[in-house]
Amino acid sequence: MTVALGKHLLSMADLDRVDIERYLDLASSFAEVQKRDIPKVPALRGKTVVMAFFEDSTRTRTSFDLAARRLSADVVNFSVSSSATKKGESLRDTVETISAMGVDGIVVRHASSGVPNRIAEWTDASVINAGDGWHQHPTQSLLDCFTIWQRLGTGDNGLEGLKIAVCGDIKHSRVARSNVEAFSRLGAEVVVIGPRTLFPPSFDGWPVKVEPDIDAVLPDLDVVYLLRIQQERLNEGLFPSTREYRAQYGLTTERARRLRPGALIMHPGPMNRGVEIDPEVADDKQAVVLDQVAAGVPIRMAVLFGLIGPGQAVDRNEFDRIEHEENR
Amino acid sequence: MTTTAFRGGTVIDQGGRRPGDIVIDDSSGAIVAVEEGSPADRTIEVDGCYVVPGFVDIHSHLRQPGNEMAETIESGSRAAALGGYTAVVTMPNTDPCTDSVAVVSEVLDYAADALCEIKPSAAITLGRSGEALSPMAELVAAGVRMFTDDGTGLQDAQLMRRALEYASGLLTDDGTSIVLSQHCEVSALSQGGVMHEGAWSSRLGLGGQPAEAEELMVARDIALSRLTGMRVHLQHLSTAGSVALVRAAKAEGHPVTAEAAPHHFTLTDAECAGYDPVFKVHPPLRPASDVEAVRDGLRDGTIDAVATDHAPHTPDSKELPFDTAPPGMLGLETAFALAHTELDLEMERLVELFSTAPARIAGLADRQGGPIEPGRAANLAIIDPERTWTVDRGALASLASNTPFHGRSVTGMVRHTVFAGELVVVDGKATR
Repeated sequence: MTVALGKHLLSMADLDRVDIERYLDLASSFAEVQKRDIPKVPALRGKTVVMAFFEDSTRTRTSFDLAARRLSADVVNFSVSSSATKKGESLRDTVETISAMGVDGIVVRHASSGVPNRIAEWTDASVINAGDGWHQHPTQSLLDCFTIWQRLGTGDNGLEGLKIAVCGDIKHSRVARSNVEAFSRLGAEVVVIGPRTLFPPSFDGWPVKVEPDIDAVLPDLDVVYLLRIQQERLNEGLFPSTREYRAQYGLTTERARRLRPGALIMHPGPMNRGVEIDPEVADDKQAVVLDQVAAGVPIRMAVLFGLIGPGQAVDRNEFDRIEHEENR
Repeated sequence: MTTTAFRGGTVIDQGGRRPGDIVIDDSSGAIVAVEEGSPADRTIEVDGCYVVPGFVDIHSHLRQPGNEMAETIESGSRAAALGGYTAVVTMPNTDPCTDSVAVVSEVLDYAADALCEIKPSAAITLGRSGEALSPMAELVAAGVRMFTDDGTGLQDAQLMRRALEYASGLLTDDGTSIVLSQHCEVSALSQGGVMHEGAWSSRLGLGGQPAEAEELMVARDIALSRLTGMRVHLQHLSTAGSVALVRAAKAEGHPVTAEAAPHHFTLTDAECAGYDPVFKVHPPLRPASDVEAVRDGLRDGTIDAVATDHAPHTPDSKELPFDTAPPGMLGLETAFALAHTELDLEMERLVELFSTAPARIAGLADRQGGPIEPGRAANLAIIDPERTWTVDRGALASLASNTPFHGRSVTGMVRHTVFAGELVVVDGKATR
């Protein structure tokens, strides 16, 4: 059975549970490819992917870049510093110009929420959201789900029964917005922890429970997901000091000790050691931050393959068949 | 003298509803007769139509001088005429700002050939910077009757108090009064907000403006009106709290008036879900409960007038990301049809909201806003209440196309518009 995964990946709202599980399943195959001597398959040979990063990003761009190349796609980097947008060209003109060159996928990162949604209206190519403003970061969510699923997943039951806390600056976090959606869709119970000033104005419609006290839930958690505290938020006066933030909400060494054995400590990076996470905790074996990064490439391979691959369908057998034919 | 008669329609103004044939002297532009069967040289049949005083918009951005790519006085006045308007008060956020007699004169020069009366408002403070008063007495002498720092509320309460007190001592040559009109928004609270703060902004990851940012300034200006005894006009009320505050202030007898914009009684913040900046406006689109409260305010008289906040923007500026695109939407060509379609109101009340009350607020009542009677200037809108049409952003007379109502079906069409006796719109088409 193959299931079409739609044309674009703009938000976790685009994916139901079956879609997410197919991506995780497919990413498992690609993770095996990664271990080979030549970690490359010809699945997207002849396809062109443009990396349109309107906001600086090293990790996400590198991860997408590697994913596309390992699928044998042609990759074009659209670098903003040298691009037309700096010369006053409208976003729409820029997108239409890229599209006119004939591309199959556009990977978009932008500092403003909703830009990938708008771009999807202006192009025939598949648009993949690589993070937009405070809105969504769906491939981060998929790689986080993959990381949890590989270590704590319950076979065919996704993340059923797991209790996950997302801590920190929920309001300004695209990772938080897409992760609470992803985790709960896979069956996990999600709690959010943080100061009210870093919460969105409303949690209406969010599948979360608000927990004011991190210490009250620590022993029950399967995953603690820490968000980065940006200096900018301190400058805006959203909390008194990083010292007080660490005392109230940080995953200190003392708090980490009260986590149950086997519970995971996660962070989308880059970490502020000594603020949201103590340095020793970041280096603890329960912290899977590097596993998250490692999961990025196979997950993004799965997404690129799912959206612009042959038949725009995702199925492990399909992938195996293509590989088999190519290798013949 | 040659005369033109509009025969067969139902006349509605502050005097009520009655059959009448309205005869106009083509050379003087005045109404000469209103009785059925009055003789005239030429006749235009308007059976089944309402003949009402031309509409008066007390809140339009016609962008000239400064942004003639988006709108000009000419194109904006054509849009107004097509919407049934015979007078428009222009907002002072031009470039340069309308804060001097020179700019007022420039606007009036552009208005010489306009398809409706153009009445410039002027800024309360120089450059709308909220720091020092504009030369209000000079501006009044040049014909200005409404002052506003529209776009940004006047944040400094002390300066607003001074402006009210200073304006109360100014004399006009025609006995009309002066009004200060406020865009109610406490910027410290709305800062960074690009839509209404609530469930939708939270989900979409966009900065929000809480309803309280508007309501705090509504409450403040009601208090300042009480303190100074001076009339205050509150622009584009958009929240249930604002409507309640104005309702209470009126019950206590304070001289406040208020307006509402068509988008605030027809659209909710859910429209922002697709991130299309055509739905970005200040004050922002609000949840359904606020929309309902604005409708109630229009119904019960708390809100005196419908004002469009017509805000043209070039297409490229509305193709920016939602958070960086400029706020504002078109209104002149669709306002009446939307109110007629969406508000369950008698035509008499609509005439008050669109014509009589705004003409009074803007100091234009001697020639705009009715009554329709001999000797008055012929400023008329003739409405076909049955005609259904579809809003088409490509077919608008405005130079801009940023209407949020594209594709919407509405009932009630402006068939003819008469401005100072001239037929500027005939059968829904501008004559020049």
